[in-house]
Amino acid sequence: MSQVVEAAASEGPSDGPGEQLADPATYDGLALRALTKHFGSFYAVRDLDLDVPRGSFFALLGPSGCGKTTTLRMVAGLETPSSGAITLSGKDITYAKPYQRPVNTVFQNYALFPHLDIFENVAFGLRRRKQKDVDKTVREMLELVELDTQARKKPAQLSGGQQQRVALGRALINNPEVLLLDEPLGALDLKLRRSMQIEIKRIQTEVGRTFIHVTHDQEEAMTMADTVAVMNHGVIEQMGAPAELYENPRSTFVANFLGQSNLIEGNIKNRAADIVTVDMHGIDVSIPAPRAHAPGDRGWVGIRPEKVLIGEVGEELDAPGNTIPGGVVSDVSFVGVSTQYLVRMPWGQELQVFSQNTGRHRLFAVGDQVELSWRPEYAFLLDAAQDAFAGAQKLDSDG
Amino acid sequence: MTWVRKHLVLILGLLVLVYTFIPIFVVVLMSFNDPASRLIYRFDGFTLHNWANPCEDPSMCEALGRSIQIGLLSTLGATILGTLAAFALVRHSFRGRSVANLVIFLPMAAPEIVLGSSLLALFVGAGFAGQLGFWTILIAHIMFCLSFVVVTVRSRLAGMTDTLEQAAADLYATPAQTFWRVTFPLVFPGILGAALLSFSLSFDDFIITNLNAGNTTTFPMYVWGVAQRGVPMQVNVVGTVMFLVSVVIVVGGELNSRRRAKALS
Repeated sequence: MSQVVEAAASEGPSDGPGEQLADPATYDGLALRALTKHFGSFYAVRDLDLDVPRGSFFALLGPSGCGKTTTLRMVAGLETPSSGAITLSGKDITYAKPYQRPVNTVFQNYALFPHLDIFENVAFGLRRRKQKDVDKTVREMLELVELDTQARKKPAQLSGGQQQRVALGRALINNPEVLLLDEPLGALDLKLRRSMQIEIKRIQTEVGRTFIHVTHDQEEAMTMADTVAVMNHGVIEQMGAPAELYENPRSTFVANFLGQSNLIEGNIKNRAADIVTVDMHGIDVSIPAPRAHAPGDRGWVGIRPEKVLIGEVGEELDAPGNTIPGGVVSDVSFVGVSTQYLVRMPWGQELQVFSQNTGRHRLFAVGDQVELSWRPEYAFLLDAAQDAFAGAQKLDSDG
Repeated sequence: MTWVRKHLVLILGLLVLVYTFIPIFVVVLMSFNDPASRLIYRFDGFTLHNWANPCEDPSMCEALGRSIQIGLLSTLGATILGTLAAFALVRHSFRGRSVANLVIFLPMAAPEIVLGSSLLALFVGAGFAGQLGFWTILIAHIMFCLSFVVVTVRSRLAGMTDTLEQAAADLYATPAQTFWRVTFPLVFPGILGAALLSFSLSFDDFIITNLNAGNTTTFPMYVWGVAQRGVPMQVNVVGTVMFLVSVVIVVGGELNSRRRAKALS
C-alpha cells in the first residue's frame, strides 16, 4: 500500500530535493554538489545538492542558524567548503578566491566603504578589474538604483534604503553571473522593505541575472522568488515555486514555517491510487494521494487556516468533504478584511480559522457552537513522526 | 553669594586652567627674557635676542637636533613594527596570542627606571658597553614606543569588523589591494595618533635615555645638565615652539574632524 503512495508522491509537482540533478559539467547555472561545511562537530550545511537555473530569482529560506548564510558565503568564496563542489556554468569554483569568481554579494549590513563616496563605492569593482568607461557605467548604475543625485555623498549621509541601493548597485555593476543577497532588507523598516522587495524584483527582471536571496522572512521569499528552497538544520527540506510550497508542504517544518497550518492527528484507514482516507478523531477525511507524505499508518492532517470553512451547526458548507461538528469558538480577532477564530474541537485541540468578511456569515462570538469543513483537495498529510510544531513561529500551548 | 554659587563650576574650571597654564606662560615669557644673570631665574627685561639667536649655545641645538632625529626614527620604527604587531594580534589567532597581548603592556606598566637599567644591563652584557649612544637610545625608544603603538592601533582595529575587507575581496580586490584601498585608510587615524604619541614620548624621555646614552646628549639631557649652572633662555624658545606646534596639531585635528562631522550631518 505504501508503495502506491510513494509512487504517487514522487509524481507530484514538488518533489524538492529528490529531484533529478543536472550534470554540473554542462549545466549553465549554479550547481552545488554534496556541499558540506562543518565547524568542529557542528554541521552548518550537510551534503547539500542544489541546482540554481541561470537567470532565476532563487530564495534560500530558513530560520537563523539553518545554514543558508553559510551556503551563500561558500558560493561567494568567503567560506571554504569542508567537502563537496560548486560549479558555475560548468566551471569548478569550489576553491576559487572570492576576487576570482564572477559572483558578487549584497551584504547584510551593506558593508559600504565609509571612506569612499557613493560613486567610488559603486566604481570599486570596475576599478579593481581595470575596466574602461568607469564614469559612464557608474552613472548608468546610479540611475538604475535611482541615486544619481547622491554620487558625491558619503555612505553615512544616506538613509538605510539608499545605502541598501548603493550596496545593490555596487554589486550589480560588475555584471556578476550570480548575485548573492544576504538578508539585504533585514535592517529596513516594514514599509521600506516592501517597496525594496518590488524594487529588487524589478531590477532582477531588468538585468536578467541569477539572484540568490537569503532570508528568514517567508513572505519576502514568496513575494520575490521564482523558486524557494526551505532550509533547516543544514539541509533543504523542500524546494519549489512559492505557491507549490505553500499549497503542498511535504514536512511539518515547511507547513509551519511558510504561513500557518492546522495539523491534526489521524490514523490512515485506506490508501487508494488517488485518495488516502484518514480517520481523524472519528471523522473520515480524504486527502489526494499526491498530497500525502506520510509513510506509516498514522499522520498529521494539515489544513491552512484560510481553507477552513466555518458555519452554524447544521449549516450547509461549500465543501464536498465531511463536516466536523462540535467546535466551540474560543477566541475571535477581527482584522477588518477577515476574522481569525480559534475553535476548540471535541478532542481538545484548538484549530485556527481565517474567515473572509464577505458578509455571508455573521461574526461568531466566543462560546458559539460551530461546525468546520474544508475541501479535500486543500488538505495534506504529513509524517506522524515529525514534530507538529517544527518551524512554528510560536508554540501553541494546546494541541 | 548666589552669583558665586551659580558660577562655581565655571570659576573652579578657570582656576584649574590657570593652574595648568602658568608653567607654560612662564616658559613663553622667559623666552623673551633678557636675564641679568644666568643663575637667577627672573624676568629682567624684554628682548628678542633669544628668538633671533636660538643656537647661541651650539651644544643645545646639537642636542635638539639629535632628539628630533631620534624622535622621528623611533616613531617610524615603532609605528611600522607596532602596526604589524597590532594586525597580527587582532586579525590572526596563533599560539601564544593572549600571552603576547599581555606582554605588550609590560613596557607601559613597568617603571622607566627599571626598563632603563635592565636595558643598560642587556647592552653591557651583550658587549655594547663601549658603543652606548645614538643607536642604543634609538633601540630603547623604539622598544617603549612600540607598546603604545600596538595598544592604539589595536583598539582602532578591534572596532572594525572584517566585513569591509570581505566586501572588497568580493569586489575583485586582491589581498594587497584590499589592504591599501580599504583597511589602511580606515586604520590610518589610529596609526597617525600612535605616531604622534610615539614622537612626543621619545622626544621628552629622560630616564631611559640617560641610562643608555653613553656620552651622547639629547635635548632633555642637555636641559638637565645645564640646569645646575643656569639654563640658557633659548631653552624657553624651544619650549615655546614645541608648545605652538602641538597646539597647531591639536587645533588642526579638531577642525578637521569638525569639518568631517559637518559633512556627514
